Amino acid sequence: MPFEVVSGSQAAAIAVQRVGVDLVAAYPITPQTAIVETLANYDAKGELGCDFVSVESEYSALACCNGAAAAGARVFTATASHGLAYMHEMIHWCSGARLPIVMVNVNRAIGAPWCLDPDQGDSLSQRDTGWMQIYCSGAQEVFDTVLQAYRLSEELLLPCMVVFDGFYISHTYEAVDIPDKEQVSKFIGPSNFKAQVVPGEPGNIQGIIPGEIQHQLVKKRSETMMFAPSLFEELNKSFEKIFGRCYRAVEVVAPIGAKTAIFTAGATAETVRWCLPKMEGTAMIQLRMFRPFPAEQIRSIIEKNNFERIVVIDRNCSVGVGGILAQELKAALYGMSKLPAVHDLILAGGIDLTGEMLGQMVEESDGNVKTGYKWGDELL
Amino acid sequence: MKIEEMNRENEMIYSGHSACPGCGAALAVRFLTKTLGPNLAIALTASCWSIIAGVPPLTALKCPILHCPFPSAGSVGSGLRRGLNAKGMLDTTVVVLAGDGGTFDIGLQALSGAAQRNEDYIFVCYDNEAYMNTGMQTSSATPFGARTNTAPYPLFKEGQKKDIVQIMAAHSIPYAATATVAFPEDMENKFKFAKELKGFRFIHILSPCPPGWGTESSDTIELSRLAVSSGAFPLFEVKYGMEWRMTTPLEDKRTPLGDYLGIQRRFKDIDSERLKILQEEVNYEWELLQDKVRRSEILK
Repeated sequence: MPFEVVSGSQAAAIAVQRVGVDLVAAYPITPQTAIVETLANYDAKGELGCDFVSVESEYSALACCNGAAAAGARVFTATASHGLAYMHEMIHWCSGARLPIVMVNVNRAIGAPWCLDPDQGDSLSQRDTGWMQIYCSGAQEVFDTVLQAYRLSEELLLPCMVVFDGFYISHTYEAVDIPDKEQVSKFIGPSNFKAQVVPGEPGNIQGIIPGEIQHQLVKKRSETMMFAPSLFEELNKSFEKIFGRCYRAVEVVAPIGAKTAIFTAGATAETVRWCLPKMEGTAMIQLRMFRPFPAEQIRSIIEKNNFERIVVIDRNCSVGVGGILAQELKAALYGMSKLPAVHDLILAGGIDLTGEMLGQMVEESDGNVKTGYKWGDELL
Repeated sequence: MKIEEMNRENEMIYSGHSACPGCGAALAVRFLTKTLGPNLAIALTASCWSIIAGVPPLTALKCPILHCPFPSAGSVGSGLRRGLNAKGMLDTTVVVLAGDGGTFDIGLQALSGAAQRNEDYIFVCYDNEAYMNTGMQTSSATPFGARTNTAPYPLFKEGQKKDIVQIMAAHSIPYAATATVAFPEDMENKFKFAKELKGFRFIHILSPCPPGWGTESSDTIELSRLAVSSGAFPLFEVKYGMEWRMTTPLEDKRTPLGDYLGIQRRFKDIDSERLKILQEEVNYEWELLQDKVRRSEILK
């Protein structure tokens, strides 16, 4: 297969072109801009094959996707940081409306003050909106995940956010295996989900309903999303047959006898992967799927490997509580008979993670203390 | 037009909808749907019509209604139009329906964006001059001097009503027009004309609200007529932001504004000084409009 050297943002855009969508709604924001620019370049060359609309805000980008998807169209948009925050109402709405929208979010810190560094708090703070969220650790994963996101989304009729770190991934060039349209079509064909708006047919779509009905709809939505981890594994089997690569909702790298596991998501997982050979007795759990939270898979990995200590790397902070991945992990571990200690390294804002920091964090996380946390600047 | 002369064919609104008696918006949408239907899809933002449409699976209209969040109407309409096009349904007329809040206030950004892109749909604002669905709170469409629940006695709405048609005309859209339910022929003509055009079309309908304005439900038509005859809500149209034309010529003289305001409880406490300010504003706006019409004549 042809390898090309592209940035993470380009990988996302090329994947969208290969999937073949009906509409792209674009609005620029650093560090996402290269995605919509790459798609615009396709459009300029007549190779996008769909409607490309430059709207006047991120809110409108997602609103435009909402309208088109309600008519049965396959859509795409991308954003970051403040753009994602500005979309918040529409993010909720698109999930409630059961629209299979795929959106890329490139992680960037949210102000004040202004900051461009890759803090994951933008997408993690959208965790309760009813979107699936998948975090990527490199450009190849970005390309592949966009393809898979459309399958997941259209089968479950739930929107999916493909997330990757600003700059670390969006602006870093890597060799990416980029299959052509024909090959991609073996994995994902044209969209065929049912349109909600059908001219000629009366329909009071997303009209006001009583709370008891809303209760049932939320229940149904939540239960449906719970299928995502197993569907993801299933999709990856057919993905592997075509492309020779596959992914899991939770990935584990566990040298024999490792008692400590580093738990993280996104580009940080790639850093950890490179440091592991120098860190004896340390494993890594890479969380790829964050929503739904694959608690069962995580518990079984911990049980199977007998991890006694988990060191979470959180590139975010829920102020007043701490790292979000650590919170979610601890909730998932509740009730385990052999509970591992959970320590958290918080890199909120934007601090580069070095091998030294990682080693120090693992060393200082006391297995006798059930939980604790450190701020990145304390290890520098 | 006499009621007996009204075309009863192609009705798209079902009886049993949940509008208040005398609701101008229900009547406006009746004319809208029967003129633009049956191949019609509506994107509807949060407004009284969110309730009038009924509780799904019931519905008040024979065409699809896509409800959408308050600020989003302009953009959901863009997406709906483009999505239908992508699916080959190019003949369907797309309408975005919004109240004055969803047009003048929270929806203005998306509306302006869609108008600037010349999106191919008809944006219809039914303007009842306040947030009526939430119970009569001030909007930027509320006229000076009116009492609202966020400007209760002895307060009153300060500042003039936003001139939304002028704002839309400044986007140089193919068509913008005003209409009221007191002149259904005029309204139908405007919908018909708009339907045949491509690009962004904007229709601003004054929509009397009996509970909000404090009027009798039987007064809705009369109020709409007085709004036009007093010059408070002139009927006109503007093409490409340049050609301004009055569509319902008035009798020789405009009726006093007091006649229009007098039957509305929201203006109950208006004193002569405020009435004078309001009358002067109407006179001024009227002259500006006539000036635009005259200039358009010359340009022809």
